Amino acid sequence: MSNAEAVATFLVEVRELFEQIEQGLLDLEHRLDDRALIDSIFRSLHTLKGSGAMFGFEALAQFTHHCEDAFDRIRKGEAVATSDLVSAILAAMDHMRAMVEHPKKNHGATSQKLLAGVHAAIAKALPGAGEAAPGSVTWRVKFKLPTNALANGINPLALLKEMRDLGPCEIVASDREIPPLDQLNPTECHLTWVVTLTTNQPRSAIEEVFIFVMDDMSLTIESIDGHAPSEPADASAAVAADAAASNITGEQPIAAAETAGSRPAENRTGESVRVPAERLDELMDRVGELVIAQSRLRQLAASSQDVALRSVSEEIERLSNELRNTTMVLRMVPVGTLFSRFRRLVHDISHEIGKTIELTFDGETTEVDKTIAERLVDPLVHLVRNAADHGLESPEQRLAAGKPEAGQMCISAHHAGSEVIISVKDDGRGIDRERVRARAEQQGLLAPGAAIGDSELLQMIFHPGFSTAQKITNLSGRGVGLDVVKRTLETLRGSIDLSSTPGKGTEFSLRIPLTLAIIDGLLVRVGRGRYVVPLSAVEECLELPTEMDLRSQGRNFISLRDSLVPFIRLRELFNTGTPPDRHQKIVVISTGNDRVGLVVDQIIGDHQTVIKSLSKLHADVATFSGATILGDGSVALILDVAQLLALGQWQEAQMRIAG
Amino acid sequence: MSGSILAIDDSSSIRVAVKTALSSAGFAVTEAANGADGIAKAKANHFDLIVTDLNMPIMDGLTMIEELRKSPAHMGVPIIFLTTESDAGLKQRAKAAGATGWLTKPFDPAQIVKIVKKVLGQ
Repeated sequence: MSNAEAVATFLVEVRELFEQIEQGLLDLEHRLDDRALIDSIFRSLHTLKGSGAMFGFEALAQFTHHCEDAFDRIRKGEAVATSDLVSAILAAMDHMRAMVEHPKKNHGATSQKLLAGVHAAIAKALPGAGEAAPGSVTWRVKFKLPTNALANGINPLALLKEMRDLGPCEIVASDREIPPLDQLNPTECHLTWVVTLTTNQPRSAIEEVFIFVMDDMSLTIESIDGHAPSEPADASAAVAADAAASNITGEQPIAAAETAGSRPAENRTGESVRVPAERLDELMDRVGELVIAQSRLRQLAASSQDVALRSVSEEIERLSNELRNTTMVLRMVPVGTLFSRFRRLVHDISHEIGKTIELTFDGETTEVDKTIAERLVDPLVHLVRNAADHGLESPEQRLAAGKPEAGQMCISAHHAGSEVIISVKDDGRGIDRERVRARAEQQGLLAPGAAIGDSELLQMIFHPGFSTAQKITNLSGRGVGLDVVKRTLETLRGSIDLSSTPGKGTEFSLRIPLTLAIIDGLLVRVGRGRYVVPLSAVEECLELPTEMDLRSQGRNFISLRDSLVPFIRLRELFNTGTPPDRHQKIVVISTGNDRVGLVVDQIIGDHQTVIKSLSKLHADVATFSGATILGDGSVALILDVAQLLALGQWQEAQMRIAG
Repeated sequence: MSGSILAIDDSSSIRVAVKTALSSAGFAVTEAANGADGIAKAKANHFDLIVTDLNMPIMDGLTMIEELRKSPAHMGVPIIFLTTESDAGLKQRAKAAGATGWLTKPFDPAQIVKIVKKVLGQ
């Protein structure tokens, strides 16, 4: 066999070797402790080195020697195979191929660089061999102290501090192994910590921290990658450590770290998933069912002596509350998306009617349920048009009134409890009370010359067919409008309020619930039936003493902090035919400035209410806005706050008329 | 940072070595000559940490540690025992009795200060 032939054979052989090594490395990546694989890769590298030297590939042989050496150490158990090392050797492999294909080229620089990578990887793979480790290594240290550690004087904070002294670290505590309170011995330690530590100290330095407890505890120390966290972790580590110390940290970071096998500090903000809206609706439905099932469980648990059942029930209650909130948040969109379309609308209007309008927004980031946001568009368009057309004066009138020429309009949003308040405000002429009164009298809504409060007078403009516009413009003033706005709001279980100062401006405020599907309700009993009052509308609950009940027959007013509040006897309204309870209660409900008391027989308590709409047959029944299913499977009707308030107002008006 | 330390050993030379090392690091050191003496002093005053020998007359270190751990007031107080390299089995028994950590004899002043500070988290 001539030398040339031998070289040709070598070249064929070497390609096969590369194939074998590459396949071996790729398999090794998934089975890092497979001894047979490690041996086979070592043999292939060894052959490659030997043959290379024989056939004049000196550089290749030398280069391969380092890789072979690395595997030799793994083979002898001095180091462990890591995926870092596999990657480094794979990169080195590609370089070996290049060295074989282009033997004339100078490969020195690349060789040096790749070998440095291989060395760094093997250095990290040596247990406790920090002396060879250049730079910092990130370790994931997971430990659970022996349960008697606290009693035996081990201070977990001291251990965490020692680790922080080694380098920047992020500490996460898991409380998932803490037993229920009734089985908890406060002297025992049940926390598991996961510390992501970046340090230039060797592994032995980390082991040193646990020297006194190492034999009795579970401790895993593994290197996760070669580079330090991208952010300086000190501040967040301190926070995380404090949280860990006070045992309030959630478990999610650990779960994430375990599944992803990566650093928990990974920044995942800005990632989002698009989900069809129906799926969210479906999810909300399921959560609704869960809430109903949960309240049945709660009722069962409450009447049971079983402590374990109660604790499970409480746990499920907490989880379902959290799930409900999370699900609701999923459906939230910032109102800013809603507002932005008004910019164009106001621009067009101002050109059409020759008024300069400056539109400003406030609270665009306020979030509201997507469905609600969509259904708010029409009412808001109406209010914005109204404000532009009726509210704001013409430039000449404004200048004459000493106002800047440009009219100001502001659309704002903010949260108030479980509601969102969106308001449309202008600095125009305000509502002309005289014209409202004249129009109301003309329409027969108001007896001529009758005394009426300012806010009641303003409420007149929400009556169907009511318009004070002197001429009908293209934009508004055709008498279809504010009543529609009000009705839309009511279907959303919201309400509308307005305030107006003559010469200064008008503000319409829309109050809308955060979500449509589930509300917090106050469960009350009237006769034998149970009803739910939306908690957001409840202002206070009082006792209705029997003597006061008798005295107020026919008048139905109570004095509440110097103001008269009308009340409605639900027992009479619903014709229950039962005698009143000895201790009746009044639930005072309100929206905005209107208040009315509801006389009920008993207040049962708060109740998370999943709203089911009434059937078509019952859709026209006033005073009820829906129904819900109680824990025991029975149905409770949800009172329609707006309707009851209107009834109360009517009652008040009747009394005023009667004098 | 500092703290109060109870040093228990029947050999006065070791007690002096422990006391000198820790005092110069800013700790207040109280001495006791055996386990029974140690328990009496531990009950009379609060100590942040206890350093004890194991092999002592009257009451040995293991019994003392077990006794101390029985009282809620002394549960959780770090206890470091002094041992020699060969006593691997003893180390296990001392830990089972409730010891926090150990220091191998012979030790130099820097070692004991380091161990005490480590256990106290200083």
